[in-house]
Amino acid sequence: MGIVSPGFAGRRRSGSEKLPPGQYLVTDFPVLSAGPTPRVDTGKWELRIRSETGRVYTWDWAAFLRLPSEDITVDIHCVTKWSKFGTGWRGVSVDTLLADVETSAEFALARSYGGYTTNLPLQDLLGGQAWVAYRYDGQDLAPEHGGPARLLVPHLYFWKSAKWVNGIDLMAKDQQGFWESLGYHNYGDPWREQRYWGD
Amino acid sequence: MARAAVLGRLNWLVGTVAAVRDETPTARTLVLDVPGWPGHAAGQHVDVRLTAPDGYSAQRSYSIASAADGNRLELTVQRLADGEVSPYLAQTLEVGYPLELRGPIGGWFVWDPADPADPAPVLLVAGGSGIVPLMAMIRARAAAASKVPFRLVYSVRSPDTVIYSGELLAREQASEPDGVSVTYVYTRTAPPRSDVPPGRISPAALAVDGWLPRQAPAVFACGPTGYVEAVAGILTRAGHDPGVIKTERFGPTGG
Repeated sequence: MGIVSPGFAGRRRSGSEKLPPGQYLVTDFPVLSAGPTPRVDTGKWELRIRSETGRVYTWDWAAFLRLPSEDITVDIHCVTKWSKFGTGWRGVSVDTLLADVETSAEFALARSYGGYTTNLPLQDLLGGQAWVAYRYDGQDLAPEHGGPARLLVPHLYFWKSAKWVNGIDLMAKDQQGFWESLGYHNYGDPWREQRYWGD
Repeated sequence: MARAAVLGRLNWLVGTVAAVRDETPTARTLVLDVPGWPGHAAGQHVDVRLTAPDGYSAQRSYSIASAADGNRLELTVQRLADGEVSPYLAQTLEVGYPLELRGPIGGWFVWDPADPADPAPVLLVAGGSGIVPLMAMIRARAAAASKVPFRLVYSVRSPDTVIYSGELLAREQASEPDGVSVTYVYTRTAPPRSDVPPGRISPAALAVDGWLPRQAPAVFACGPTGYVEAVAGILTRAGHDPGVIKTERFGPTGG
């Protein structure tokens, strides 16, 4: 426990037992991005998975939408401290995308329109833990929230859920993504409060 | 420097409030002495942690307002009516009180006057309390006696909500090339003698010779989400490379 702040009582809210350490609950959906919001035409949209041997698997928007999809309701946690409970999405499981991909890679780097990247162990994208989501709260995913499609990896801090995702590179060796190279934690587990390097 | 400032583990430090300064009716600057502060780049932020007697704690992030200056650090906090942390910082906290924080955090939204690879003119676009990290850049430029051309476009509801108004006036009136070009955009109430009616930020306010797309300025935009979205849209449509526009957004929530 930290030092006591004289005169601070705080505001405990119901449901806070579901909050990871250091987080607070919001009901709106804040937006955090490092640059301008890319406007991506679904007519030109493409998702590319590249294996460690260089083999590339691609889907255009129509082919992507033909894949089996799921409704997902999850809590999300942003490293800037807000958490939001019970967010509703529709997306394609990464298990589905990787079903026919031959790989022995251990790491993944997600890539986005606009140049953003984020890295994860491949294991964290598998086993029903990660999706490429294209609808939020019953609507098409808005550009400022990562539309037309974003990665959704709710068990890690939300910067790992790359907005405007357009590719996943599968790699034998780990490679830092954008925020990971700028002081943010390589893995980002909110329950262990892995916000920054060394946490 | 920007990279170096985020290296290593970020331990919690205990600062002491050395002074407080009211900037507007709802914004206050905290001047902190923080033994062990590792230094920072202009544009970075800190995490602040408050702890109640029963161990309950709350954390929020606040931008650093000051240029690097040893163990001294300034934060400017906008009080949110329904906030949990900001009313404590902007009202309860007094000189001599301890404050726990760690940082500096963020290696992207930074400007370094010593970076020889970045001599480009700088366009700062602030909305409301989004001025805070941009003020750190203005102060870092002055501290380094940098001659890089700086322009600030600062959108506020009304004249009484301008943070740092006196200091900005002085920097605006400094002789070339030390001065900073400052333009205010009043969204609700303009000053009495203003010849521009209140309204949202326009493309014209962001299109001034010296910081045009062909002059390739580095752009830093900070403010509420809708404002930053509008600014980034205007600049991108005007021909600025999206890759040189760095943004910090904050939502209606916060602390």
